[in-house]
Amino acid sequence: MTTNKIGLWLGAVIFVGIGLIALFAPLLAPQDPFQQDLTRRLLPPFWMDGHNPTYLLGTDQLGRDYFSRLIYGARISMMIGILTVIGSGVIGTAIGVVGGFYGGKVDDVVMFAITTRLSIPLILVALAIVSIVGSSTTVVVMTLGLLLWDRFAVVARVATMQVRTQDFVAAAWAAGCSHFHIVLREILPNILAPLAVVTTLEMALAILLEAALSFLGLGVPPPLPSWGLMIAEGKDYMFFSPWVITIPGVALCVLVFGINLLGDGLRDLLRTGRTT
Amino acid sequence: MALLEIERLEIGFGGLAAVRGASFAVDKGETHCLVGESGCGKSVTALAVMGLLAPTATRKAAGLRFDGQDLSGLSEREMSRLRGDRMAMIFQEPMTSLNPAYTVGSQMAEVLIRHRGGSKKAALDRAAELLERVRITSPGMRLGQYPHQLSGGLRQRVMIAMALMCGPELLIADEPTTALDVTVQAQILKLLDELQRELGLAILLITHDLGIVARVAHRVSVMYAGEVVETAPVAELFGAPTHPYTRGLLSCVPVPGKIAPGEPLGSIPGIVPRVGHGFTGCAFRQRCDLAGPDCEGTVPRRTLAGDHQYLCLREPTEIARS
Repeated sequence: MTTNKIGLWLGAVIFVGIGLIALFAPLLAPQDPFQQDLTRRLLPPFWMDGHNPTYLLGTDQLGRDYFSRLIYGARISMMIGILTVIGSGVIGTAIGVVGGFYGGKVDDVVMFAITTRLSIPLILVALAIVSIVGSSTTVVVMTLGLLLWDRFAVVARVATMQVRTQDFVAAAWAAGCSHFHIVLREILPNILAPLAVVTTLEMALAILLEAALSFLGLGVPPPLPSWGLMIAEGKDYMFFSPWVITIPGVALCVLVFGINLLGDGLRDLLRTGRTT
Repeated sequence: MALLEIERLEIGFGGLAAVRGASFAVDKGETHCLVGESGCGKSVTALAVMGLLAPTATRKAAGLRFDGQDLSGLSEREMSRLRGDRMAMIFQEPMTSLNPAYTVGSQMAEVLIRHRGGSKKAALDRAAELLERVRITSPGMRLGQYPHQLSGGLRQRVMIAMALMCGPELLIADEPTTALDVTVQAQILKLLDELQRELGLAILLITHDLGIVARVAHRVSVMYAGEVVETAPVAELFGAPTHPYTRGLLSCVPVPGKIAPGEPLGSIPGIVPRVGHGFTGCAFRQRCDLAGPDCEGTVPRRTLAGDHQYLCLREPTEIARS
């Protein structure tokens, strides 16, 4: 039990920490992340020889402060993660709850929608959309939000089916409540626990997908400092200045790891909470 | 004057006939017990009255009237206006009948606001008053608590209080004490009895426990395989049970003084048949000592003196001799 708690707390600290960094990026960043200085290109970070104390994590190939870009990159990752999950969470939960609640033909349609969605390769669709509409943060959020709802739908549907047969729902019917009321007040509050876990996992997935899209040059457009884009821009220099890809890579890893820890911890917490 | 009249109610689930022409009536202010074995259609009958059958079930009735109003002609909307307002229902399992996500007070208030409108404050006052009435101490504190903070007996009291929020005329209680331990059971039954006398409530109590029936019922309907085989005032039913099934059922219950120690209790041979559509005749005939070939035909409903009805071809004297 204690080890789970450690995971949960570590995950929460990482997530909230990076969230705060993202929120207060303008205050925390020592330099302007867009300010180029070609005389100070590819300076090494503080633990290597020849570093410049002004640039804590060195500079990139255009002489921009890497530490500041990393801090601003947290903004992009967090924003895309959260907005995507809000969009896909609303879509998925609505679809899943409707399917689970009404069952029968409605559920067949919902299941068909879920299987259809599952048969669509994510990256491919994202690539197609971006190549048609062009890349921007909004497009990335919209695309991922419209694609990542499947797990929400699956979990919401099953949880709704379980809750629907509970006695308190029958009692609500017997008290003369409407469908709308029962879904909103009886079902939804009681399926939030599993959905919270899905939310964390999907957020991690969204952040990774954004990084992947940005790395492919189809996500956040330069000069915005997305971590995926930073890796992409640094990959030409990785044999000479390996830190340019290591630093954003580690940041991405830590964030996704933290969110996953948080999700696992939440799941265990809610599961044990249920048996008492 | 009958508050709830059920005439030849039929409920089917696919090929299975769960209720086959059950008829009985609940008068204003009486406790009417519906007894029978598991699966005989008691609960389904109650759900049918409330209009809460699963969509896969089919319901047909020659008459289904609440206070003179035909329930089968009502729309879903009109039905839900009636539910929880003029007719309320409490369930068997108090542990799961309350929504774990909200406080007791908020759930109780909601019922009243939904049907009568008014402020949350007024509804909470009414809830506190009713909690007091169902003998819950410090109702103010209980209103702010969540269901998991209450014991089973308390939750069932809360369920009863919640059912009374709008002052219903009919309360359907589906085995309200089965999940509770015996001392709490007695308290809840006493409470129902008191509430009924104070509020003039009609109660349709579903149970398989004849002890409960003897204790609280005014009238009793015995169900067997989807039919009401006997209806009688409680003293009549226990004093002069007429249908062979009722007689068998009563012989299974040990009565101090009537049955000598060591003497075996009665039993009914065989099992309840699974009855499909188009089944005719008496469903009890395979288990009945008095059955003959004529039992495969239509069985008439016979009325005896004192509002006592039973469903059998045999004369009461004939049955009593066996």
